[in-house]
Amino acid sequence: MADLSTNFLGIKSPNPFWLASAPPTDKAYNVERAFEAGWGGVVWKTLGEAGPPVVNVNGPRYGAIWGPDRRLLGLNNIELITDRDLEINLREITEVKKRWPDRAMIVSIMVPCEEQSWKAILPRVEDTGADGIELNFGCPHGMSERGMGAAVGQVPEYIRMVAEWCKQYSKLPVIVKLTPNITDIRYPARAAKAGGADAVSLINTISSIVSVDLDNFAPMPTIDGKGSHGGYCGPAVKPIALNMVAEIARDPETRGLPISGIGGVSTWRDAAEFIALGCGTVQVCTAAMTYGFKIVQEMAQGLSDWMDEKGYATIADFQSRAVPNVTDWQYLNLNYVTKAKIDQDLCIKCGRCHIACEDTSHQAITSTVDGVRYFEVMEDECVGCNLCVNVCPIDDCITMVRMTDGADPRTGKPIDPDYANWTTHPNNPMARQAAE
Amino acid sequence: MTMAETTGVKAKRLSDAEYADNFSDIHPLLTAHEALVEADRCYFCYDAPCMTACPTSIDIPMFIRKIQAGNPVGSAKTIFEQNILGGMCARVCPTETLCEEACVRETAEGKPVKIGQLQRYATDTYMSRELPHPFKRAAATGKKVAVVGAGPAGLSCAHRLAMHGHDVVIYEARPKPGGLNEYGIASYKATNNFAQREIEWLMQIGGIELKLGQRLGTDISVESLAESHDAVFIGIGLSSAYTLNIPGSDLPGVEAAIDFIARLRQAEDKSTLPVGQDVVVIGGGMTAVDAAVQSKLLGARTVSLVYRRSREQMPASRYEQELAAAHGVHLVFNAKPVRISGANAVESVEFEYTRQDGANLVGTGETVEIPANQVLAAIGQWMEAEVGELELDGTTLARTPENRSPMPYPNVWVGGDCAHGGEDLTVVAVEDGKIAAENIHKTLMA
Ligand SMILES: Cc1cc2nc3c(=O)[nH]c(=O)nc-3n(C[C@H](O)[C@H](O)[C@H](O)COP(=O)(O)OP(=O)(O)OC[C@H]3O[C@@H](n4cnc5c(N)ncnc54)[C@H](O)[C@@H]3O)c2cc1C
Ligand SMILES: Cc1cc2nc3c(=O)[nH]c(=O)nc-3n(C[C@H](O)[C@H](O)[C@H](O)COP(=O)(O)O)c2cc1C
Ligand code: SF4
Ligand code: SF4
Ligand code: SF4
Repeated sequence: MADLSTNFLGIKSPNPFWLASAPPTDKAYNVERAFEAGWGGVVWKTLGEAGPPVVNVNGPRYGAIWGPDRRLLGLNNIELITDRDLEINLREITEVKKRWPDRAMIVSIMVPCEEQSWKAILPRVEDTGADGIELNFGCPHGMSERGMGAAVGQVPEYIRMVAEWCKQYSKLPVIVKLTPNITDIRYPARAAKAGGADAVSLINTISSIVSVDLDNFAPMPTIDGKGSHGGYCGPAVKPIALNMVAEIARDPETRGLPISGIGGVSTWRDAAEFIALGCGTVQVCTAAMTYGFKIVQEMAQGLSDWMDEKGYATIADFQSRAVPNVTDWQYLNLNYVTKAKIDQDLCIKCGRCHIACEDTSHQAITSTVDGVRYFEVMEDECVGCNLCVNVCPIDDCITMVRMTDGADPRTGKPIDPDYANWTTHPNNPMARQAAE
Repeated sequence: MTMAETTGVKAKRLSDAEYADNFSDIHPLLTAHEALVEADRCYFCYDAPCMTACPTSIDIPMFIRKIQAGNPVGSAKTIFEQNILGGMCARVCPTETLCEEACVRETAEGKPVKIGQLQRYATDTYMSRELPHPFKRAAATGKKVAVVGAGPAGLSCAHRLAMHGHDVVIYEARPKPGGLNEYGIASYKATNNFAQREIEWLMQIGGIELKLGQRLGTDISVESLAESHDAVFIGIGLSSAYTLNIPGSDLPGVEAAIDFIARLRQAEDKSTLPVGQDVVVIGGGMTAVDAAVQSKLLGARTVSLVYRRSREQMPASRYEQELAAAHGVHLVFNAKPVRISGANAVESVEFEYTRQDGANLVGTGETVEIPANQVLAAIGQWMEAEVGELELDGTTLARTPENRSPMPYPNVWVGGDCAHGGEDLTVVAVEDGKIAAENIHKTLMA
């Protein structure tokens, strides 16, 4: 049985599955239920300053997009940080941590970008017995308009400054939660590191309008005829999160900085992917909000079974294994030639591969052979793009097969076993210049 | 209950609730949720096999995609463009041998997309909202076309002609239009007077005059119609049943299954319909299955469906056979009737077992006697009509691939069950009428 336990910045948890700071972690009731279900840790719903708490809208706060059978693919929200009194939150955090000493308890914080505000709240949080803090620099709505959340996360100098205050006024490990609403995620990550942060977590939600009500002509969710942009999360954002995680993991300036991966984690496989790209833990919000806390059991069991199958005894055994394989386009091997191959026993003859290739790609798949409906790849036209694989409704029916000898029937060029990339390609003007 | 034990041929064998339940919709309309879940299963296939398998070539992936996209009204328009009786076809098509048999999800997991039920969802949605008729007539052409027979073939032809701007007169022998939609189809397939409601809706196109009680051969003739109209379409179906030609077939209690069914379809109150305690149905097609199942639903104690050939050769689909079995109908294969016995009315039918000897069906000499006080013969129909000099092909009307009747009349088209090669399917009759209308239009406008 694989050992799923993690040690992230010295914070121990029985498994790498944490609940992200969000409604599932807003109060003791939820967090207790989460721990009972088996979650390894939680990041408590973001706390604000002492005094009257923020207020949420009283109308709908979520919008969504769905896949077939109304499977929720992307969720959008206009919720703010906790709308409960600071004192109640601190008391509950203390009590829950006491009852569940083996689980990770991280407290998310967002206060105004002034030294005094941070200096005031940090000791209060430390007193709860929590294991660490997460700085919410990510919320794209509501708080950023007040100069907090994403408004800070978008300015690397602020990130650095706040991280420094936190390290100065608290002994707790500091995780900086990054907003994806920027052009290059490496800059805020570098700033966090420079400020002394122990780790980054990402991504927070993505600024979004999830849909427009065509009767009332207003964004959804609509509050009394108006809507505002919200934060997007759920399975749809996973690819964006994975890329940002990878960017940080392989950036020479931040390489080795611990990462807690967030964004669309819904199954054990998603978690394994984040970990393979360098994450030490993963955080989950939407999947729990869609199905409840029990899903952690599928995640933990699935990860454990996969690790057993692959012979990984601990999380560390496969953590970051994919990082060296993330590269820039220009270093991809241009001598690597693949052709799509259709397994005729699995093919159900829906014709989607044909029409996708015919209308939008390279006209490389037949629709009939000898007058009979038959889908077959014409290797002399196939550029190996993988589109057909992605549109085929049957798992493993179309696969990409590497050519190892002979010549590419499309180009007539012999298969070259050696690696060669764009930097030295004769068509590359830069390479031509260098050669001249 | 002792009523079921009542011997002979009797009405009121069941309670009112049982009648109501037995003759309710066999596949109730999908709810919006069910329709969306099912529509999501469609892959939007290229050159979709289901579409090829539909005799009227409905763009199935497109109509299902429109349901998915929240546009059932647009979906229905896609259906009606190819099949104006798409509502009835959604209810009566043996989809398991047509579109759904071809569906790639049948190949993938043995569970085709429920195309028929989705088609019903779309068309019912359209017809239940008080929307304008989906088609407008083209500018009047001044041409006049006679359509004989208001069954699916004639109605489809008339609608398409009216759409193209021609004036149409339908001549129908019976007091109600609809053909077998009204008099033949099993009652649990088209409940709530659907056949008449659909015809009223279809007639909204305008330009179609319906003349009831007009029989070809008696009240009108091919010759006079061909003379007084620019074109004539004949879609009179096969209205007469073949009769059993064995001793005892004239005994009271023996009748044609289609007559029994027509009576059943016309009865407002099913409890007034007499049915035998023991019923024997002879035949192997959809009519035989429908007669057997509906006898059972009327409260018959035993119903035997006897077919002279093997199960594999039975024209009724496997689904229809299972439907019969599920209703408690006893299916007997490889047995042909040799004699019907009884003192004053039928009491039993004697069958001889058969086997296939090359192309021939031969009796084995072994016999079996099945008790019966009602015998329904469903051994086929033929066209009993005075069709003038129209050319025949065997017992049905000869036709060209354009559904034109060969000489001597240059302006007569034919289609549906009465035309040669008719497939005994509503949807095929609809397609025949449509093809004929398109060709009539082309000819008249040339
Ligand atoms: C009991 C039964 C059940 C069936 N069930 C199904 C089913 O579930 N699904 C399916 O797809 N198919 C079914 N069929 C077959 C289907 O009903 C027919 O294929 C279809 O109705 C043929 O249409 P049509 O227009 O050619 O003929 P019909 O429907 O027979 O219509 C012909 C019309 O012409 C009229 N007519 C006849 N003679 C004259 C005349 N001399 N002058 C003027 N008018 C005349 C008739 O009164 C009738 O209105 C069934 C058939 C039967 C008998
Ligand atoms: C309703 C809602 C409220 C959220 N509130 C917070 C918050 O208070 N603080 C925070 O750091 N992130 C907040 N988030 C962001 C999540 O913690 C998480 O980063 C994001 O949802 C992506 O993860 P997911 O795809 O698993 O949902 C919120 C998300 C949702 C859906
Ligand atoms: S999820 Fe609960 S709180 Fe939210 S709208 Fe529904 S019932 Fe109300
Ligand atoms: S998409 Fe897949 S299943 Fe469909 S025809 Fe192509 S190979 Fe066959
Ligand atoms: S064959 Fe099936 S899956 Fe394909 S378009 Fe037709 S109904 Fe949809």
